[in-house]
Amino acid sequence: MAKMEVATKVGATRITPARWALYATLTLAAVGLPIMFQALNNVFMVHIFGLMGIYVMLALGLNIVVGYAGLLDLGYIAFYAMGAYSGVILGSVGMQIAGKGFGPWAYWALLPVAAVVAAGTGIALGTPVLRLKGDYLAIVTLGFGEIVRIIATNWSQLTNGPAGLPRAAQFVPSPAGQQWASDHLSRGNFQFSADLWWYYVIGALCLVTVFFVRRLDNSRLGRAWVAMREDMVAAASVGINITTTKLWAFSLGALWGGIGGITYGYWVGFISPESFNFFESVLIVCMVVLGGMGSIPGAALGAVIIAGLPEIIRGLAQSRALSGVLTVDQAAAIGNYRYLIFGLLMVVMMAVRPQGILPSSRRARELHPEDEAILEEESAEITSASM
Amino acid sequence: MSMAIIGQQLVNGLTLGGMYALIALGYTLVYGILLMINFAHSEMFMSGAFIGLGVLTVLGKNKFLTGSGLGVFMLLLITFLVAMVGVGILGVLTERFAYRPLRHAPRLAPLISAIGVSLFLQQAVLLWIAAKPLPFPNYLPVLKFNLGPVTINTLQIFIIGISLVLLGVLDTFVSRTRMGKAMRATSQDRDAAGLMGIDINRVISTTFFIGPALGAVAGICSGMYYGSIVFNMGFIPGIKSFTAAVIGGIGNLRGAMLGGFALGMIESLAAGFVSSGYKDVIAFAILILVLIFRPGGLLGESVIEKV
Repeated sequence: MAKMEVATKVGATRITPARWALYATLTLAAVGLPIMFQALNNVFMVHIFGLMGIYVMLALGLNIVVGYAGLLDLGYIAFYAMGAYSGVILGSVGMQIAGKGFGPWAYWALLPVAAVVAAGTGIALGTPVLRLKGDYLAIVTLGFGEIVRIIATNWSQLTNGPAGLPRAAQFVPSPAGQQWASDHLSRGNFQFSADLWWYYVIGALCLVTVFFVRRLDNSRLGRAWVAMREDMVAAASVGINITTTKLWAFSLGALWGGIGGITYGYWVGFISPESFNFFESVLIVCMVVLGGMGSIPGAALGAVIIAGLPEIIRGLAQSRALSGVLTVDQAAAIGNYRYLIFGLLMVVMMAVRPQGILPSSRRARELHPEDEAILEEESAEITSASM
Repeated sequence: MSMAIIGQQLVNGLTLGGMYALIALGYTLVYGILLMINFAHSEMFMSGAFIGLGVLTVLGKNKFLTGSGLGVFMLLLITFLVAMVGVGILGVLTERFAYRPLRHAPRLAPLISAIGVSLFLQQAVLLWIAAKPLPFPNYLPVLKFNLGPVTINTLQIFIIGISLVLLGVLDTFVSRTRMGKAMRATSQDRDAAGLMGIDINRVISTTFFIGPALGAVAGICSGMYYGSIVFNMGFIPGIKSFTAAVIGGIGNLRGAMLGGFALGMIESLAAGFVSSGYKDVIAFAILILVLIFRPGGLLGESVIEKV
């Protein structure tokens, strides 16, 4: 009986044993694989896993703007940059004021600050461009992203220009908890490295993001986004305030960019304007599009594929796990051709499967207006489910 | 800042503006007819420069073509024509395979597809031609003329001249010829134009030939003016030319020409007055301000949205 109740509550998808098995495998892989690579002393792969986590967070954040609200943002990386720069700069200011003791707490204390700075930037960008639609909005966000990068390059007093932060003789402090983990969780040859620690921090942040975004999707605001995306005039006429709804999308999307940014800054310990170029924004858009606009598992999968797959192939080839299948040179060639393939993939996906690999069912119907078949299928499902 | 420097910056701005105007026409033509921003247009500019370099490298070995005045004229003519046709075909193919299947899709779809094309073309040049900047030869003798305190050289005159001539030709084409009439009809109402017997697909293909061909001319001019080309050279001029098209009122041909020259001069003056590091910011800021306060542009009419 209890099982039945759960099923009706979730409603859309029943959790079948196959699904349980899938979730269990994914969890095991996410928790276990980095430990395995660390045990094999392959720190490169652990680093790649952390990077994939950061991109999952960014893709989920951008998914709010592109997937839910239907606003194409081509300057998303600017929020990431705002998070990274505000985190690192405020961290060094904090250490000058409060002394070295602040160092270990800088990351934890500034995490919400960076999130708020990024969200505030989102509102600052969103407010003037509210009246713009579709492609115009895309171009303005692109221009905004470039403005942030150019300012970061030229405002040397604050950002140290192209040389990046931290300045010479300064450092980004490692946060409280990391040293403890390295001291207490290392066993014999197994070193609990900084990369591994950061991987788990990023993983936890990803889980928070997923939870948050899921709740948003099912909220009043989430429904307002869908309504606005499907028909702005109709949405406005049933009483949705388009202005605030758009601003919420921008700021809540930017928030995760900021969190991703400060995390990246403190993890890698170095930031420069070069990391925040237009190309990165396009890659994140590509992740969301490939995975499925408006779909949480889709965006996450897109991030894993685009940020991770080429590196994983290269990493495995270097560690000789793929010897006989791929040589190191071939794997490197795959790495070089990846952006070419991603570009082609965006074109092909739009023509063949615009809803992405793991689509949200609602978005799929929107993107195939002529496909009556899907609609009929869905309604048949609904009738059979209600019987 | 003396008047001489302002004058000099205006000459530089006119040169820059000519190139922006040529690229802006591509954006505005496509927008007028398909209501989409052809994001891959900046890559047409880049492809034009690379095709031009290829032709110049092959023909540059010929003594006659590089030696005499007539030879250089023919060399440049051939280079421009080959690049225009090549890039025009590239534009038509892009439309055929990346945009046409999405003509009835939501507006986000062709935009994302265009970004994909842009990424693909950039990477194709990066992987198969060169990752580093390549030197671009200039066979035009560079002579300087002093007009009072202001200096202008033959290359600048050439670029300003060629852009003005092409702008005139295009304007005549669109306003006087049968095809131009069809293009204007299609941009007013695509379905109604189709009902009147206009072959819409042919009009769209023609648009996607002319726009990129003009972009290719700008690409070669840019290569000759700056002396080097690189795979991602299209991005910044592309965005700026789009800004120019928006300033003039997107969809409006004369607006795009005016916007191009206006933006070129504003930017040159800003680079002289403020700082050259921030000159790109100024163009983007103008774009944002125009879109917010006068989204129809200077010559554009405001469009009332119908439900």
